[in-house]
Amino acid sequence: MSQNTMQPGTKNNRLSRAVSNIKPSGIRRFFDLAANMEDCISLGVGEPDFVTPWNVREASMAALEQGYTSYTSNAGMFELRAAISEYMHERFNVGYDPKEEIIVTVGASEAIDLAVRATVDPGDEVLVVTPAFVSYEPLVTLSGAVPVPVPADASTDFKLAKERLEAAITDRSRAIILSFPNNPTGAVMNDIELQAIAEVAEAHDLLVFSDEIYAELSYDTAHTAFSALEHMRDRTVLISGFSKAFAMTGWRLGFVCAPPDITQAMLKIHQYSLMCAPTQAQHGALEALRNGRDVVEKMTNSYRARRNYIVHALNEAGLSCRFPGGSFYAFPSVEATGMDDETFAEQLLVEEKVAVVPGSVFGKGGEGHVRCSYATSMTALQTATARIEAFVHRHAR
Amino acid sequence: MTKDKELELIRILEHHGRIGTDVLAKMLDENEDDVKKCMKKLEDEKVILSYATLIDWNKVTTEDHIAAMIDVKVTPQREVGFDEVAARIQRFPEVTALYLMSGTYDLSVMVEGQTMEGVARFVSRKLSTLDAVLSTTTHFRLKKYKHDGVIFNQDEKDRRMVVSP
Repeated sequence: MSQNTMQPGTKNNRLSRAVSNIKPSGIRRFFDLAANMEDCISLGVGEPDFVTPWNVREASMAALEQGYTSYTSNAGMFELRAAISEYMHERFNVGYDPKEEIIVTVGASEAIDLAVRATVDPGDEVLVVTPAFVSYEPLVTLSGAVPVPVPADASTDFKLAKERLEAAITDRSRAIILSFPNNPTGAVMNDIELQAIAEVAEAHDLLVFSDEIYAELSYDTAHTAFSALEHMRDRTVLISGFSKAFAMTGWRLGFVCAPPDITQAMLKIHQYSLMCAPTQAQHGALEALRNGRDVVEKMTNSYRARRNYIVHALNEAGLSCRFPGGSFYAFPSVEATGMDDETFAEQLLVEEKVAVVPGSVFGKGGEGHVRCSYATSMTALQTATARIEAFVHRHAR
Repeated sequence: MTKDKELELIRILEHHGRIGTDVLAKMLDENEDDVKKCMKKLEDEKVILSYATLIDWNKVTTEDHIAAMIDVKVTPQREVGFDEVAARIQRFPEVTALYLMSGTYDLSVMVEGQTMEGVARFVSRKLSTLDAVLSTTTHFRLKKYKHDGVIFNQDEKDRRMVVSP
């Protein structure tokens, strides 16, 4: 028998259709462009510029020293789930049973994947409110379901309009993925606006995957958890994590709160694919919840001041930018330059060495805008906005 | 400006004293004139006492810089307690900070000078000779790791990817 059983041409066929049909992330192209550029100021990062608070890092090291190196239960350490339950109740007024309704996951990204795979079947439609985090649509596709974009564009202030949601619903609609405060627009929906969406979800029997990873970074109004809305607890999968609020992106630690039938279904996939989240990270997260909340407040105050600065600076530079209510992204229009968002981002990078992300990579509704992360130092923000101003003046129509 | 905004302004200035009023106005989402007025008011009320710069003197090779912390036991005075002796000590230009402490001694005196001899001279000739001073214990500072919440010689490299989701 030949050593090489692969026939010529078979490399083209050995990947699954589902994976082959997924496009690489548009963000990756800009990463490759910017990665080797010297003196580049990045407004393209989607993570806090703070290092994880020391007490959290120290707790994780202590866990290692004490020999916590084995698996935890599939759903995560019970103490951590209990702490998450308490935290969700205190901060967002939603109660979840730590025994049956909470799973600790490997980042919020895994939680979204689990939620979709546990609840939708091939051919089902999942409504994705766009612009949206780049993973949502591919994860739906990988599950065999069909992502249906529902644009929340500048005309609705990047909020989801009830009418648009209703218009996108068909007999095959099974669930909706939404995320407020939003990445990339920074839009926030208040309880009244969310209630209107909740009524549609109830009327059409939709599950709601509510990614609330930016809940702590809501600057002007208190965050409303979707499951806290009337009749929504039983049809909501609330997804969150430690990455953004506690500056713990590299720890890959998220969690999901949902009714027991859904969490138990998610747990089946989780236990066969990931087994459990990393043990040391869970110890760190426990410390973050117990003793890290004052640091969250300090970081949020810092982001708020930087948000205010960048929005004023971008508007003065000639790029129309609304005040985002949450997350750490400003989402200005590039219309003043007459360029599309991809060209703008590429030209800005080449000419002024400022990295931003084109809005269209986040789906329909993001076109004509760019995402500018203000999770960077004030010095970098001042230089970046001065460079953007020079660029816009040079290219203004 | 509201009290909340005023507090936010103070918090920013505490760490970024050089920041311009135009930038401050944007950060606070306020009018620049209002920011200037608020800063003037805070200066008049002695809430803002000075706009200091934190220097790592170890990196300034042309300047010798010696610092010491001196534990001082004193005899409190009738009616005025420790305040009278503190008032005398705080006026010496060598004294950069002075605190009343609980515990085994009463006053903690921070002294800075250009030479070790200069600091020693201050302790032996000026501080120890005050009537109320019973004893002094001088500790010379060997290295500054952290001061006013700032870690010295910290590697502040941004390790994040240039573009990420």
